[in-house]
Formats: sequence, C-alpha cells, structure tokens
Amino acid sequence: MTTPRTMFDKIWDAHVVQARADGTALLYVDRHMAHEGSHHAFRDLAARGLGVRRPRQNFATADHYVPTTGRRAADAASPEIAGMIETFDRNMAVTGITAFPLGDPRQGIVHVIGPELGITLPGLVIACGDSHTSTHGAFGAFAFGIGQSEMTHVLATQTLWQTRPKTMRISVTGRLAAGVSAKDVILAIIARVGAGGAVEHVIEYAGATIRAQGLEARLTICNMSIEAGARAGMIAPDDAVYTYLEGRDFAPRGALFAQAVAAWRHLPSDPGAAFDREVALDVAGLAPMVTWGTSPEDGVAITERVPDPDTLAGADERESARRALDYMGLVPGTPLEGLAIDRVFIGSCTNARLSDLRAAAAVLRGSRARVPVLVVPGSTAVKRQAEAEGLDRVFIAAGCDWREAGCSMCVGMNGDLVAAGERCVSTSNRNFPGRQGKGARTHLASPAMAAAAAVTGRLTDVRRLLGGA
Amino acid sequence: MRPFTTLAAVAAPMDAVNVDTDQIIPARFLKYPRSGGYGGFLFHDLRFGDDGSERPDFVLNQEPFRAAQILVANTNFACGSSREGAVYALADFGIRAVVAPSFGDIFHANCLKNGLLPIRLPAATVAALRAALHAAPGGRIAIDLAQRQLTAPGGSSHDFEIDPHWQRMLLEGLDELGLTLTQLAEIEAFEAGYRAARPWRATLMPGP
Repeated sequence: MTTPRTMFDKIWDAHVVQARADGTALLYVDRHMAHEGSHHAFRDLAARGLGVRRPRQNFATADHYVPTTGRRAADAASPEIAGMIETFDRNMAVTGITAFPLGDPRQGIVHVIGPELGITLPGLVIACGDSHTSTHGAFGAFAFGIGQSEMTHVLATQTLWQTRPKTMRISVTGRLAAGVSAKDVILAIIARVGAGGAVEHVIEYAGATIRAQGLEARLTICNMSIEAGARAGMIAPDDAVYTYLEGRDFAPRGALFAQAVAAWRHLPSDPGAAFDREVALDVAGLAPMVTWGTSPEDGVAITERVPDPDTLAGADERESARRALDYMGLVPGTPLEGLAIDRVFIGSCTNARLSDLRAAAAVLRGSRARVPVLVVPGSTAVKRQAEAEGLDRVFIAAGCDWREAGCSMCVGMNGDLVAAGERCVSTSNRNFPGRQGKGARTHLASPAMAAAAAVTGRLTDVRRLLGGA
Repeated sequence: MRPFTTLAAVAAPMDAVNVDTDQIIPARFLKYPRSGGYGGFLFHDLRFGDDGSERPDFVLNQEPFRAAQILVANTNFACGSSREGAVYALADFGIRAVVAPSFGDIFHANCLKNGLLPIRLPAATVAALRAALHAAPGGRIAIDLAQRQLTAPGGSSHDFEIDPHWQRMLLEGLDELGLTLTQLAEIEAFEAGYRAARPWRATLMPGP
C-alpha cells in the first residue's frame, strides 16, 4: 500500500535529480521560457562563457517591451525600448533557442503562447523569468516564476535547486451566476487567503466549480496564484486538456501522444492525499468583483463600498490601507458602483485570450465606450482568431483601440501607460502603485466588468447591462 | 558571490505590509544593465518626488537610516514580480540583510543568489524590532549566520532558521551554478532514465 500522493508530489518526485538530506533538491526543468526582460541572464551566461545546454527545451518570445501599434522594433515607444527588442533578437540568434520574435505569427505573451503551442503539457516542470508562470499549472504542470540568476542556472544546466514547497488545496463549489467569471473567483480567493496567504505553498484548485471551468478560465485562475503569494497554482488535467493539446506544435504526436495521455491520467491527486492546508469556498452567491486598493487582496463585490481602514485588525494593516486609499483617491464608505473612471485596459496574461475578448465584446456590442479603451490580445494567434469572428469590428465600432499582442498596459514597460491620477479599470493582475504608470490608479476586474465600465464610464455591475441584477 | 558571515549595522524599519517588488524598483528601470548600478533605483518613486528631489518622509532619506545595511520589514515583503532587479537595487544601495515575518517566494530565492540574507522571524518579534528602531533610530542589529542568530539593538537574541544548503552557500560565498556544473554527469544520467521511463518525454528533449 503506497501513501496517497498529491499531483504536486507526483510531479516533484519525478523530477528530482538529486535530493539533499536538508530537504533541498536539484529539480529537472522540462521546459524553460524566456522573454526580452531576461537580458540579464543571457548577459550572465555569456560572461561565464557558457551556452544553453538544451536549446530545444528552451523557448522565448518578445512580449514585455513590444509595441502594440506595430510589429517592428522601430515602432517601439523609445529607442531604449527598441534596443530591448533588438537585444532579444541577438540573444536568440546566438543561443539557438526556439524563439517567436516580434512579427512571428506565434508571438504573444509567454503565458498565452505556452498552452497555445503545446509547450505547456501536464506533468512537466516549467520555469520562466516571470511570476505569472503559475498560469501553466492550469494544464497540470508545476510551473513557477524565477529570477535572472535562476534563469542562468536553467539555461546552463536545465535544472534548479529548490526547496520543496508545502501544499494547499482550494476547493471551490457552487454555480457561478451570469456575469460572474473565473476572474471574480480568483479575486475572491485572494481576498480570502490574503496576498501573502499562500507564501511557500503550491495551490491545487479543485472542486466542482473548477472542473466546470473551460481551459482559458482555468488559466486565468492559476495565473493569479502568485497574487496570493503561492509558488505555483495547478489544476488536475482532464480530457478537455488532452483534446486541446493534440496536434499542437510542440506536443507529442501520434502513438507518443496516446502514451502521454495514458501517463497524464495518473497525475491527479490520489484520493486521500494529504495537503498541508485546505481552504473551501462556495461561490454560488458571488457577485462580480473589483479591487479598491493597491493589493490584489483588496477585492470586494461591486455592490460594496470602499472599506474603512479603521475597521481592519492590526495597526500596520490600517496604515497600509490608509496609504492605499490616499493613493487611489478614495474615501471610505463610497459606493464602488458609480465611481467615475478615466480609462479601460482589456489585456494581459490574465485575461486576453479569446474567451476573454468574447466576454468583453458581448458587453460592448452595439454600445459606445465613454472612456478610452485599449484592447490588446494575448497573442498574435488570439488576435487572428478574434478578427476571424469579427470581435475587432465590435471593439472598433465601440470606439476602442484594437492593438497588436503584448503585455502592454499591464506593466507599461513598452510605454503603454496610464497617466498619473487616472483611474483605470484593468483586466490585468496587479493594482500595485505605479504598476500601470507612475501615479496610475488601477481597479482590477473581469473582462465583462471592464467592458461594462467602458460603456458607462463608471464602475458598473455588469449584471445590469446583461439584464440581470 | 560575496560571502555573508557576520554583520552589525544600522537597521531601517519599514512598516507597510505587502510591499511589492514594483515599489522596490519600478519596471521602467529594469532595462538597464547592472554595470551602471541599481542603487539609485531602489524604492525610486517612494524615495524621490517628480522633480527628482528626495521625499523627506521616506525612511531611507532620513538620518541615520541612510547608512542602513539591514531592512526590517513587514509581512509578505517583496511580493509580486519576479524581477531580480529588486535584489540588485537593495544590494547596490548597501542593504545586506532583510528581516521580515514572510517574503515573496521568488524574491527570497533571488536574495540567496546574490548574497543578500533574508531572515524570517515571527511577526511579533519583527514588530518589536521595528518599534525599537523607531524609538531609538540608529540602533544596530547584529547577525551571525553561522550561529543563525540575530541580536536586537536592546541585546535580546533571536534564533532564525535557514535551509542548511543556502546557509553554506552564503557563508562560503559559493557560486551555485559553478557547483551544479560539477554535477552534469548526474544530470545526464537522470535525463537518460527520464526518457526511458516515459517514451513520450523523449519528444520534450530532442536533439542535443
């Protein structure tokens, strides 16, 4: 009788090259992904006189710094930013890594193209120099963000020294109401667990609600695991994953694919497997969520009011909340619904896949946006698919700015910025001060909620526009 | 990597919870090479006004904290983005250790690769340290990594835990990658077994 294991245990155990008595392990990395922001690692590698040990297990794309107005480095917002894209192209040429540069039809945000191209597979250890690498766990992988030093280590050895994280299962039950989506679920989870609540843990999302989510919704949920502090997020793979992956560019083919699926079916956590921590959440009554502050844990229902810091436990928490409200230009007790906004961003590795664009377009169809709206597809492939079904026409007719794929206004590194003092409803993942631009005020929300805010120019309960609420 | 053995230095308190790495270094500075130094970027938008002048209310702009080599922070310090620039900025400013109840996981790992010591202590202990530093600015904290011990300005001692692997790397200033490169044979043996056990995995590692 073997001890029941979690999915995380199974993946970890299969990748241990060397286990040390003190608990750290040298872990094998199946696939590593890089982007233009990874330049320190490539410089470090070159300075050490090292090459990429397994080029075919490394992939890269241009996403963080790329212009969304054109597809040439020359379209970049500044010569310095163009230089980042040129440096990326040079690094790729030297290292022999499979790259999807600016202009490539497979280019896009690394966490969008990984699944699209079948680079992301169940059971793999995946690392990338970006904290939202947790996204890939939606297909049953152990995927986590790393820094530049660790990137150099992976490039040179295809391994990483890791301390084994603890496990946390978050079981979600209850049927989601109309107008409520995966983004609302993950914002509710982060509000419950806290921005640091899952530090040193890997989260497995489970329960009937999670199982009922489409693959893109699962990617959205795993994407924001890091916003609860988790090392990674994961969801057990199922037939939906296998069907999606079959025939993708970098997935196994033919008989090997069948063998892979047979192996993947053993991945889900065994009945009775023990997790270090269990959290349960019923989302049956969940309303669309929006954040009021400067941490992703500051999510509340759109029907609520700006909270009063004085009601919080802990002096440091109260002071942090006061600073957040001051930065956000908000007064305690103000109803969130109806708050005037200046701008909307629909994009990012959290919410820029086809289903996200469809949800936003469904709200915007036949309406006119009252504020500037930037719509940035998560990948060039998503852009093509959206255009094939006419979503671009909906956005353009509503007065939105329909752009090329990249990280764009989620992090502003390419120059797509929110001006100081502007209030932006964003489908991205972080409302940190200055994240979307110095002094920018970010309210995180779902694509449908962002579109609703665009239509009215105010924070709006999207259920009103859908004929509900 | 510069070894970390012992340190006795001025410590600066930072009370906010969930300080994210976007605060520690705004994204716009990440395109610069390390060679130019990252110290000037540290907490840039909290440290400097729009005209580039120092904000007097920010702790690292105040005496005696300008000379701080230790930061005593709060829960979930350096959460968010994986940017190692956050560690470069702290290190280049002169910070050699950060004490907090908890850290963002990726930041914690990045610290260890750069000779910056992250020390986790219970929240009440860290709160008391911050209170002591506020009450008597300029108080020095002593750290002995070999003994895994931190001594507060008032003289009280606190044991902290650190994974023995990383403790040794820091104490001896070892280069982790250099060490792993001596174990490539073991990695290759693992790869061979890995391919054989699940043939489809061979498609993950074609070619060289």
